[in-house]
Amino acid sequence: MEIAAIARWAHFLAGITWIGLLYYFNLVQVPALKDAAADGTAAGITKHVAPRALLWFRWSAVATWLAGAALLGPNLAAAFTLQPEMAPIGIGAWLGTIMLFNVWVLIWPNQQKILGMKPATDEEKAKARRVALLASRTNMMLSIPMLFFMAGGLSHRAAFGF
Amino acid sequence: MKNPLDSISGTIVSGLILTVILYVFLKNFILAGV
Repeated sequence: MEIAAIARWAHFLAGITWIGLLYYFNLVQVPALKDAAADGTAAGITKHVAPRALLWFRWSAVATWLAGAALLGPNLAAAFTLQPEMAPIGIGAWLGTIMLFNVWVLIWPNQQKILGMKPATDEEKAKARRVALLASRTNMMLSIPMLFFMAGGLSHRAAFGF
Repeated sequence: MKNPLDSISGTIVSGLILTVILYVFLKNFILAGV
């Protein structure tokens, strides 16, 4: 099997894990935590569910990016510099890279404060909650065009005009 | 003005709008003349 085929397979597996967990956080965990906080059952989620979900989330993000870079191979520079023949996937690659940055620089450090893995005052926790939520929602927003351009392939050729 | 990212529906609509903007940018600025 070619490296590209294995890289594509790994990119899909890791990408589904990453984006699946992103949608889980936004569509399930955030609203569930709001309700759980109201009836005093949030600890079960923050102690047992969120840390595990975040572990798979942040490392599947890295695996997705690395497999994507391997898949692009010699076309990596052409994609990131938006050369015409690689421009659609290049836009997807840029969006995915911004999302990876958000995971490691904005979401994870702030979640550590929220979940008590890092010391933080109540004020710092409140700020961390806001930053983490907005970064997570930004990633959910970016995932929509990212998947359009990533999943281009043959079916989108007519739309792109080549 | 309310931040659209505060709601799921606002997030999805923002994503769809961004998709259209990036598609138009790609077609008219990157792929123009290809």
